[in-house]
This record gives sequence, C-alpha cells and structure tokens, in this order.
Amino acid sequence: MTSKISILSTSIPIKKLPQHPNELPADEICMETKDFNLFYGEKQALHNVNMSIAKKKVTAFIGPSGCGKSTLLRSFNRMNDLVDSCHTQGQILFEKNDIFHRGVDVTDLRRRVGMVFQKPNPFPKTIYENVAYGLRIQGIRKKRIIDERVEWALKGAALWDEVKDRLNENALGMSGGQQQRLVIARTIAVEPEVLLLDEPCSALDPISTLKVEELINDLKERYTIVIVTHNMQQAARVSDYTAFMYLGDMVEYSDTDTIFTNPGKKQTEDYITGRYG
Amino acid sequence: MKQSTKAWFRQGDPWIWLNAGAVTISVVMVTGLLLLIAVRGMGHFWPHAIIDGTYTPKQGNAYHLVGEMTDEEWISASRLRESGVEVAENIDVIQRVLIKTGNREISGLDFRWLIADEIENITYPDDLFTIERREWGNYYGVIKAIKENGIKLNTNGELYSVLQQRLDRTLELDDEIKDIEGKDIGAINYGLERIRLEERALALKGGIRALDQARFQAERDGFDAQYNNYKESLEVLYNEISKDSIIAVSMDGTETEIKLSNIVNAYRPNAMNVMQKMGFYITQFYGFLSDDPREANTEGGIFPAIFGTVLMVILMSIIVTPFGVVAAVYLREYAKQGWMTKTIRIAVNNLAGVPSIVYGVFGLGFFVYFLGGSIDELFYPESSPSPVFGTPGLLWSSITLALLTVPVVIVATEEGLSRIPKAVREGSLALGATKFETLWNVVLPMSTPAMMTGLILAIARAAGEVAPLMLVGVVKLAPTLPLDGNAPFLHLDRKFMHLGFHIYDVGFQSPNVEASRPLVYATAFLLVAVIASLNITAVIIRNRLRERYRSLET
Repeated sequence: MTSKISILSTSIPIKKLPQHPNELPADEICMETKDFNLFYGEKQALHNVNMSIAKKKVTAFIGPSGCGKSTLLRSFNRMNDLVDSCHTQGQILFEKNDIFHRGVDVTDLRRRVGMVFQKPNPFPKTIYENVAYGLRIQGIRKKRIIDERVEWALKGAALWDEVKDRLNENALGMSGGQQQRLVIARTIAVEPEVLLLDEPCSALDPISTLKVEELINDLKERYTIVIVTHNMQQAARVSDYTAFMYLGDMVEYSDTDTIFTNPGKKQTEDYITGRYG
Repeated sequence: MKQSTKAWFRQGDPWIWLNAGAVTISVVMVTGLLLLIAVRGMGHFWPHAIIDGTYTPKQGNAYHLVGEMTDEEWISASRLRESGVEVAENIDVIQRVLIKTGNREISGLDFRWLIADEIENITYPDDLFTIERREWGNYYGVIKAIKENGIKLNTNGELYSVLQQRLDRTLELDDEIKDIEGKDIGAINYGLERIRLEERALALKGGIRALDQARFQAERDGFDAQYNNYKESLEVLYNEISKDSIIAVSMDGTETEIKLSNIVNAYRPNAMNVMQKMGFYITQFYGFLSDDPREANTEGGIFPAIFGTVLMVILMSIIVTPFGVVAAVYLREYAKQGWMTKTIRIAVNNLAGVPSIVYGVFGLGFFVYFLGGSIDELFYPESSPSPVFGTPGLLWSSITLALLTVPVVIVATEEGLSRIPKAVREGSLALGATKFETLWNVVLPMSTPAMMTGLILAIARAAGEVAPLMLVGVVKLAPTLPLDGNAPFLHLDRKFMHLGFHIYDVGFQSPNVEASRPLVYATAFLLVAVIASLNITAVIIRNRLRERYRSLET
C-alpha cells in the first residue's frame, strides 16, 4: 500500500465526493451509457458498459493498453463511426437523448462534445486559423466575432500570452505542448459542453504535461471533462471520478479517492499498485 | 584467397560496384546526350570562317571555291572508290569536308562534300561576305557596290558602314511593314470575317433586316477606309524598302544584284575578332528564339514553336489537374473500396501504358470529328462548310494530352491523399466539420504537393509528345499565333506549331538536309530546355508547398 501514498502526495489535494457517480441526481449527469456494447467486426471491444459522467467534473478512464478506454471515449462523440467494421448495441445518452438515434446530427454532436487527441494534430495553417477553423465551419463570417472568440479561446487554453504576437505564424512551428494547448483552444472555441481528452499528455514532456493538467483543472469550471490516461498519477491529480477498465469491461467506477485509496476490487488494486498493466 | 573472395561477396561490395556502375552509365549517357545536342545545335550560330581556295579534283576541272567550312569527317577510301571518285591505291581513309557554298540560284546546290587534300591555296580574305537572304539561302561573295534606285552610290571607301546603315534602315522598314500587314490588316481581316459570319448567321435564322444590313455596311465601310489608309502607307514603305540594292560577285565571278529588302543579315566573319563573334553569336541565338521560321523552316527562328509548346502544356495542365484530382478524391475518399475500385485503378494504370498515337487517333475521332463537329453544327452553323472546332486545333491537342496524362495525376494524388495523417482528418471531424468540409479545408490543401508531383510527371510526358499531336492540331507552319490582340485573344480553335513536331519536320521533311541538320539539334536542345524549365518551375512550386506542410511528415 505504500505506492498509494506516493501517488497521492501531489500538490492537488483530493476532495472527498459524497456520491458514487452512478447514483448522481439526474440534473448532475451529463452523459450516461446504458448496456453499451461495441464490436469491431466479430470482436467485441466493450461489454455492457453502464456509467454516468458527472457534469462539470473530471472523469478519468484508466486501464492497461487495449482495455477499451479509448474506444469508449471515442463512442461519446461517435468518432468510431469512421471505422467501417464498427457497430454498437445499447445507448449513450447525452442530455437525455440517445446519440445513436437516427435523427441525430453527428456534426452537431461532435461540436457539442469536443475531442482532443493523443498526438497534437494542429492543421497546417496559422495559429489564428487553427482556432478559427471550427467557427468558420459553423458559418461564422464576421471578423470581429471570430477575433473575439479566438482571443477568448486562446486565453481559456492559457496560450494567449505566448502566441498573441505571432497569431499569423504557422501552428506547426510551435512546441508540442503549445500545439496540444492550441488543439484544446481550437476545441473550446466552438463552445462544446463536453471535452474528451484521449491521453492528451502522452506525447508531451513533463513541464508541458503540468501546464495541460493545470489547464484541465481550470477548464472543469465550465466543461464536463472525460480524460483517458495511462498515467495513474495524472488520473489521481486531475480527476474527480475514475473508472478502471480491463479487457472491455468496466471493472470499477467510483470517486478518485476511493479508487486510489480503497479500491473495491482486487483487479483494481493490482493495477494501481503496479502488479500488472 | 578463397576465403577473402567469399568475404568480399558477403560484404556486399559487388552490389555496391554494380549499383555505382549503373548510376555512372546513366549519368554518362544523359550528359553525353545533352552535350551532343548542345554542341551540334549551339555551334550553328557561331560565325564560321569563309575560305577562299581552288578546288582541283582528279577528274573534272578545277574551280574557284568560296564557302563556309561546316563539317568534316574521315571516310574509308573504298567507299569513295565505289562511288566513282579516284583515290590513290595506298590510302585507306581520307578526309572530306563539307563546304557550304550557298548561292543556290547560281549553282543549284548549297553544300558540297570535297576531299580536303584537293583544296589548294586556302586563304581567309577579310572582304568575303556572308549574306543571309529571305529567299535562296545564303550568299557568299564580295560586295562591289551599293545602288540606290539603280544608280551606283559613291561610297568613298566607306562601303561597309554605308551598307550597314542602309541595311539597318531596311530592316526597320521591314518591321514596320510586317507590323501593318500582320497586326493591323490582320485585325481588319478578322473583323471582316466576323461581320461575314454575323451576316450569315442572321440569314440562317431567317432574314437580315434593313437595319442590320445598314450596320454591316457601315462597319464594312469603316474597315475599307482603314484598309485604304494602311494600303497607302504600305505602298510608301514598299517603295522605300525596294530602293536599295547591292552588287555582289560570287566565287565563279558572276555579278548578282541583290535587293536589300531581301537581306536579313550581312557580315564579314573573317574580319571579326572573338568579341565581335561572341556578340554576333548572341544576336543570332536570340534571333533563333524570337523570329518566325523562313524558307520551309530551314532558316530563321522557332518562336511560334516555343510559344505553341508552352501554351499547349499550360492549357493541358489547366485541364488535367482538376480532372485528375477530382477522380482521385472520389476513388480514394468516397468510393467504397472493393473489387470495383481495384478494377478502376488497374484500368487507370493501364491507360498510362497505352501508346500515345492511339490517343491521337481517339482524339481525332472523338474530340475533333465528333465533339468538334457537333459544336460546329450547334454553335457555328454560319461558318460551314469551313469548320471552326471540327478540325484539329489547340483545344483538342490540349484535351488529348490531358487524357494521356490524367493517369499519372490520379495515381500521384491518390498517393498523396493516402499519406495525410488520420489524426488531422479526425481533428477536423471532431470540430463538427463534415467529411466534405474536412476534405476541402484540410485534406486537399495538404495534398497539393502530391498533386504537383503528378502535374510534374504529366508535364514531362506531355511536353515531349509528338505523335498524337500530329493528328489533333500541330502543323508545319501556323500563319498566326493562337494568342493575339483580336478578341477573344486566345484562339483555341487555331492550329499551332510545336517544338517536337518541328524537330521531325525539319529533320525529315526538309528540302535542304545539310542546312537543317544543325537546326534539328538546336531545336532538340531547346525542347529539352523548355521541358526542363517547365518542370523546374513546377518543382519550385511544389517545394514551397512541401515546406509549408513539412512538419507533418514526421
């Protein structure tokens, strides 16, 4: 149990949360999966996932590689639609509506549920144009409005002070950490309700990682955040709730404090203490 | 020893030698080719010395010889003996020289192959002239006097400078005449033809009203008045230009009067120093680049051919790029990948291997006769029976070559599209962009370098292609450029000249083989230069684009 102490001895104290996330009152739930199964062709990648994502909280998915945590995350904004052989069973509710329902506009869903990927993927455009991209896609043409929103988003992503003098430079000239924060700015510029972060720090150095983590902490005031991470310390530092997944199953889901200090399942404890994974 | 041979093989040294050898051979062949055509072609513009001597053949009579030494070769004596030339028994090889004696109207032949040893008393007198004429080829000889209106001028020993002055004036006048005849009167003819067609069109539609009749008449009268003006000024110019002439003496002593208006250039190569020769070389070369051809393409420049080649390639690029890119986008991004797309890809690749003449036949049958014929029927009934688009022309050539090169553009673009990282596409989709918006805003801009690569390959193939063009639009001599000052400025229906065809024409269809040979090399060299510069331009553009998206490659 000593390893737990080292995990928790970080600068961000863990708050004790009253409820189990799946027992939250309806108005505090942002997204909810109901008996959700996902298949890649014949192979089942997710088994009967039932979970609720709390509004304006940070929820972390942890688990060994290939456990389905990224797949689950990508289901929240239907990015898995891009995989030909992928099909699903069950429901994912977003504000009480099933996102797999026929009439759902996927582009609107993706605007409301934004996503940041593992590797920074800025477009080969200027910094300004990267942030303005989503706005232009939405049909906003007025320069003044775009200017305001770009500045707001860059400030929101804690990047404004670093780039305000070189907005017209190519985004590919930035450092990896800056690029990742630019991608976050790009995502929040379209004012989503949920931010899905798929291992956002795995390609970054420790200092950039720290900055992104601080940013996540700021962002949860406004957004519901779901983060997939390989790094348990990170999960412990930034999240309110943590889900441990293994081989497509949701093994344990609880508030972060409980998961890291008093896990209910043997598997969770083994993973957290580093016996496997 | 055996061991070390084995080790040598294991090290891979034989392979390295083999590879290096292959590379060396390729490089040597390419540079050798370029050097050969450059030397053979570019040497043509250097002012050759004129020799003066006596030719004393073993059979026949000796005669006075004046001419340019243009070539020499060693030839086996037996070959000469077979052709009836007497050669001493103990000689195996013998040197022959090619002398350009010119003066075609006097002697009937421009060039003579002569045995080098039989030319005696060789000198290089300073007063020998090379006179380039508009008709009858070069004249070699001595200038005796200058005449104005048939009266000999007293030049006070300043013959050369007076000649130069008068020649310059004549050339200026000639430029003026060409300007009026080509541009101004050309525009009048174009306008008259337009009126005729308009009239005919109205007649076909059911009658010309008196109002139209009056308008046409007024326009015609306007053109006639203009034409009369030009005619008057032309008459004056023609009078001026035909005033002067020179009296020259050729190698056999014949005196000839040559009008200055018939002379393009007169110079004394033997009197020039190296600097003067270099200056002369540059003017000659510039003339070759910028002048129209003369005398069935055996003399003059090749400007219309350069212009035609470049314009045709540019049009081809404008047609082939969107077509190939759209096809590639559909194949790669939208079509469901399966046996159908595989079949199409195989077909596209095979299309690239079809011999180009087949495209020419297809272009002639489908584009020219079917499409062009239909266009004529629908839109140009007034000009029948003479076709507008129903005849080979610039447009059909460009389209035929676009069809020929579209496979390379498709393949290269597909390659480029498949290399765009998935992450970037997802990034755009995750912001709520549709697939089309993602393609248009992110994927296509990022694959522009690949499209440029396709275009470079297309240009390289199309610019050198001759066979299909012979069927769909190239001619030996086009009277007008496809781009001029008459609206609509770009005349896609016109026939045009092309460097590749020009090489073929000058090399194989020329009445004067010896005179045109260096031109074949020079034209070939220019064709290579034009293709290279088109390609280099495209490569520079591509590298700029690559630079912009560079960081994505890693």
